[in-house]
Amino acid sequence: MKLVIGIIRPERANDVLEALYRANVRGVSMSRVQGHGGELDRVETYRGTRVQMGLTDKVRFEIAVSEEFVQPTIDALCEGGRTGEVGDGKIFVLALDQVVRIRTGDTDNAAVTPVGN
Amino acid sequence: MSALLAAAPAVDTGDTAWMLAATALVLMMTPALGLFYAGLVRSKNTLNTFMMCVAALAVATISWATVGYSLAFSGGSGGFVGDFGYAFLNGVGFDPLEGQTIPHMLFFAFQGTFCIITAALVSGAVVERMKFGPFLIFIAVWSVAVYPVLAHWVFGGGWLQDGGTLDFAGGVPVEMGSGFSALAAALVVGARRDYGRQALLPHNAVFVLLGAGLLWFGWFGFNGGSGLGTGEASTLAFVNTLLCPACTLLVWFVLDLIRGRQVTAIGAATAIVVGCVGITPAGGFISPGWAMALGALAALPSYAVIAWRTRTRVDETLDVLAAHGIAGLTGILFIGFFAQADWNGISDGLVYGNAAQLGDQALAVLATPAYAFVATFVILKVLGAVMPLRGDAREESMGMDIVEHGEEAYLTGEGAILINVEEAERRAA
Repeated sequence: MKLVIGIIRPERANDVLEALYRANVRGVSMSRVQGHGGELDRVETYRGTRVQMGLTDKVRFEIAVSEEFVQPTIDALCEGGRTGEVGDGKIFVLALDQVVRIRTGDTDNAAVTPVGN
Repeated sequence: MSALLAAAPAVDTGDTAWMLAATALVLMMTPALGLFYAGLVRSKNTLNTFMMCVAALAVATISWATVGYSLAFSGGSGGFVGDFGYAFLNGVGFDPLEGQTIPHMLFFAFQGTFCIITAALVSGAVVERMKFGPFLIFIAVWSVAVYPVLAHWVFGGGWLQDGGTLDFAGGVPVEMGSGFSALAAALVVGARRDYGRQALLPHNAVFVLLGAGLLWFGWFGFNGGSGLGTGEASTLAFVNTLLCPACTLLVWFVLDLIRGRQVTAIGAATAIVVGCVGITPAGGFISPGWAMALGALAALPSYAVIAWRTRTRVDETLDVLAAHGIAGLTGILFIGFFAQADWNGISDGLVYGNAAQLGDQALAVLATPAYAFVATFVILKVLGAVMPLRGDAREESMGMDIVEHGEEAYLTGEGAILINVEEAERRAA
């Protein structure tokens, strides 16, 4: 089991969801985050006050999958999230110690496999 | 000579007081429209959408004062467009125009607020992708070449008014003018890149409702002021502006219930606008009872066009055609059937024995969309040949707020570092 964390552009979130759906990855959490990668800072002006916006809005996907789904998940994140410009984001893959489905008490691989598959 | 002196028009203080207030009410409708439109777009385009309405406040006011008003309201009767007799406010002073009881310059200002909101209305077709600079040039040209021509036709003694077409407060120049121009603008500028591929949803329904409420409030000045005083026509139009949208609203609830089993808030906001638009041309010409019937009726074609439009590839983004063009058309035609000389003192419609009125109204319904559509189409095609009308794919996905204005509507302030101007310029270089 792995936890795949993908941090991507907000405007690519729908494309990533679509790609994940096509890859049969169904268990997904997403949250809005702000971050800083290598992208150029934006300069904005508010009533004459100029500020450099160091943080950019990003969307963070968290996807817990069994081993066979790790690569399809990574592929889907890349396919949906890539624009080719700096700021497309990163993917982190972490080992998972334990997963429990709250409703049934299922653990580990059974818990990350969607019901009905 | 003595007869001429006796006929010299005099300013009426009551009429003038109301028209001063009505002018301010109509001016407020433009930022109200900005709020309405801003709520309907995605959050990354909030400011740009609102700013297109703010832009109309600047650009259309200046074009109105320089040549627009003159093209609309000078010249003889029966023509296509006025002349330059009042250009640069030449001769626009305190003395009333013939047949009016308010200062000429107040009449100019009142009519100017109509040109402003009409230019702002057209922006609804191109939000979320059109660049701000080209938009400014577009409305500068549009508010000289399109609005004043249509206003001349029905308000300035032009061929439609001369022929007997009735339009109380702007079904021709404002509503059909904006609606069919919007359709042309949407076709020339093209659909948003994500249109039809992703759900592009309104980001703040409360803005939409608040904007619609403020529009209705302002519309009492728009319709109630179009009698140019406090006479019976103004009072009738004012009361009809209360009655008609209420009926549209209720019918829209029912249509929503039939179609989706729930009454929607954005549908309700749309219904308020449709009802106000419907009564705009007819306000001072039909009885309160018929105004309520018009409200109920006007919901149907606009509802149908919205439902149809969203299934097409035409990204007329905020449905200016349905809410303004079609509802205005409905109101103009309605006069042809249900105008009542007992109420307006001018003319009956078909139902009251004067079929010719319907013919006059039908003429406006044919000519106005044709002129508005073709003129807008040509203006934007020519402009598009000189400069790109819209942002590239990257800009569109970032949102026009940051790209065009360097600001964001919903800012947390986290990660914002204060910089001085020299450093910013060095950074940009």
